[in-house]
Amino acid sequence: MNTQELKKAQALSGAEAVAHAMRQIDPDVVPAYPITPQTDIMHAFAKFVSDGKVTGELICVESEHSAMSACVGASGAGARVMTATSANGLALMWEIVYIAASLRLPIVMSVVNRALSGPINIHCDHSDSMGCRDSGWMQMYAENNQEAYEQTIFSMKFAERAKIPIMTCMDGFITSHAVEPVILFDDAKVKAFIGDYRGDWPLLDVDKPVTMGPLDLFDYYFEHKRKQSEGIYLAKNIFNEVAEEFDRTFGTKIDVVEKYFFDDADTVIVAMSSTCGTAKVTIDKMRKEGKKVGLLKIRLFRPFPSWELRQILKGKKIVAVLDRSESFGAFGGPLFTEIRSAMYEEKGPKIVNYIFGLGGREIDAGMIERVFTEIDAYKTNEIKEYVKYLGVRG
Amino acid sequence: MNLKDLSIREDRLAPGHRLCPGCAASIIARIVMLATDKPIVATCATGCLEVSTTIYPYTAWKVPWMHNAFENSAATLSGIETAYQVMKKKGKIQKDIKFVAFGGDGGTYDIGLQSLSGTLERGHDIVYICYDNEAYMNTGVQRSSSTPYGTDTKTTPTGKASFGKDQFKKDLTAVVAGHHIPYVAQASPHNYNDLLRKAEKAFATKGPAFINVISPCVPGWGYPSEKTLTMAKLAVETCFWPLYHIEDDVWILDYDPKDKKLPITEWLKTQARFRHLFKPENADVIKRIQEHVDKDWDKLKKQCGVK
Ligand SMILES: Cc1ncc(C[n+]2csc(CCOP(=O)(O)OP(=O)(O)O)c2C)c(N)n1
Ligand code: SF4
Ligand SMILES: [Mg+2]
Repeated sequence: MNTQELKKAQALSGAEAVAHAMRQIDPDVVPAYPITPQTDIMHAFAKFVSDGKVTGELICVESEHSAMSACVGASGAGARVMTATSANGLALMWEIVYIAASLRLPIVMSVVNRALSGPINIHCDHSDSMGCRDSGWMQMYAENNQEAYEQTIFSMKFAERAKIPIMTCMDGFITSHAVEPVILFDDAKVKAFIGDYRGDWPLLDVDKPVTMGPLDLFDYYFEHKRKQSEGIYLAKNIFNEVAEEFDRTFGTKIDVVEKYFFDDADTVIVAMSSTCGTAKVTIDKMRKEGKKVGLLKIRLFRPFPSWELRQILKGKKIVAVLDRSESFGAFGGPLFTEIRSAMYEEKGPKIVNYIFGLGGREIDAGMIERVFTEIDAYKTNEIKEYVKYLGVRG
Repeated sequence: MNLKDLSIREDRLAPGHRLCPGCAASIIARIVMLATDKPIVATCATGCLEVSTTIYPYTAWKVPWMHNAFENSAATLSGIETAYQVMKKKGKIQKDIKFVAFGGDGGTYDIGLQSLSGTLERGHDIVYICYDNEAYMNTGVQRSSSTPYGTDTKTTPTGKASFGKDQFKKDLTAVVAGHHIPYVAQASPHNYNDLLRKAEKAFATKGPAFINVISPCVPGWGYPSEKTLTMAKLAVETCFWPLYHIEDDVWILDYDPKDKKLPITEWLKTQARFRHLFKPENADVIKRIQEHVDKDWDKLKKQCGVK
């Protein structure tokens, strides 16, 4: 932000910034259940409700399972619906997360990323949302408070146009609790951008009764899943459409990826969320030392931009993919396996994986610099280990 | 409302569904939905009623209907009802709409109890109907917490070391009453008038209302399909399933057989699931069942101020 922009900014935590986005969107129904570090979103939004700053209803349900169940009911009824959760809360919702996607209900859920139990831990990693990567929800990841805010507004329109629910993720504590300058858009502009919502076949249209969620056996289920798959695949085009409108309205670009000193770099890191901020600081320092290092930040994880990444990454010499979650028993973390699969038909680059930051373990500029130095050597040396761990003892 | 009024109302559950002949669940759902002339939105838990009425691309439901999962019929409806209240407030909907959730005993007494409890506590303006067939029928007759003591089910099979289920039935209606919601009732499809009046009352009640309805199941209980209402009647005449309601915390008994109260064996002996209880070695099991029924009946009468 430049000084003029800073003057317009407010000091807000990521959670507060998202709550402001929710206030501006003013959804009809918000069923939610508290869990650290999502709680700060709920607190701030509940205050907006109590102060009469929004017109919708907050349902303080008795569990996350019921939160997602009520989301499905309310969205099926034709309402605009949002919620928020973290880790175990998302895990408890899991059954209904899939149902929401299969009913094509455009719910926006803020996921404040936190390590899944067990053992229980309250700090950041991506195991919670990554566990839902096959659920049929779209997923976006924010680097900082400003992005978390913008992404929430963007997601509402994106989800409703695509008729697919979306998880808009930010790093627990690192982003949700850190206070940063955030520029909020004008309330009226957000309202105009979001527009009115009415579901396609709302349950509340009693003159046109619909049956939602019937038993669907071997003679139709597969076709329905095939259509669902096509739907989320085509959502990439909708992403670009909405991004264009977003840019036109707010003068802010949202892309599936962000490049940072990328085009002339031959040694690159691919990462998501707040770690990208740390990587940028590291790259600034290393660039001053004349090293051609760069970053590719992934913002849209579902639908995964495989084709785009293939075009973007081909021609690079060496790529390190940073994963903030384990995929036990698999060959590397989830982002790594996606990217390697996307690059399979290309001759290069060499791709390695670093799993880092589980349970909130610190990642700093020194560690990222070590990654760059280590992978730089792979340009000439043989890669002995494709999947490595960063910042762990033993 | 009388039978004549009823006969001119259109059924909201169409025939042609695939529930067993003689299944009480459809009788209950039809009577309940006839009890209001207002538009209805319904939810249904996974179970016999849901799977048999909505095999894609067919549906028997003439009202907007949603099945979400097994344990969340209540929570799902709470979301729908809240959406309705908001949209009404915003002037997007003018109609007066009623909301009803259906769930079996598994979806209500067991896996869905929390979802039901939360919905009742929050005070949503909904009606919840439990059709209680006393086991998980859809998955092949496994015990639930509603299954009576001594019942032979697939997960409490009788054998050398077992006389069937070793726990008494959960008193769900009392559990619900503990939420102090405006209207709670127990009903039976054989007394359609009573069920109808209770459903009418439930729909007219502002806030949550709950009705627990005994729902005989032909293969699960083991009796001829034309005997469904007899099974329900006997459950009531033996005082195994008393008819009563609780309005604003006042308990009222709706039916008292007085000295015509039948012994529990009159009900037990009609069903295959209890057949083993009539072996001499299980005489004490029947005795315990009778004692339990008598104790509960006395307690209920006291609660209702009946001598
Ligand atoms: C979470 C979950 N666990 C288990 C099941 C399997 N299941 C489906 S219906 C059912 C039993 C339903 O019993 P009840 O609620 O009594 O209804 P009924 O079939 O007897 O009418 C079970 C165990 C499921 N669908 N979902
Ligand atoms: S198994 Fe029982 S509850 Fe299920 S449809 Fe048949 S009679 Fe009805
Ligand atoms: Mg049952």
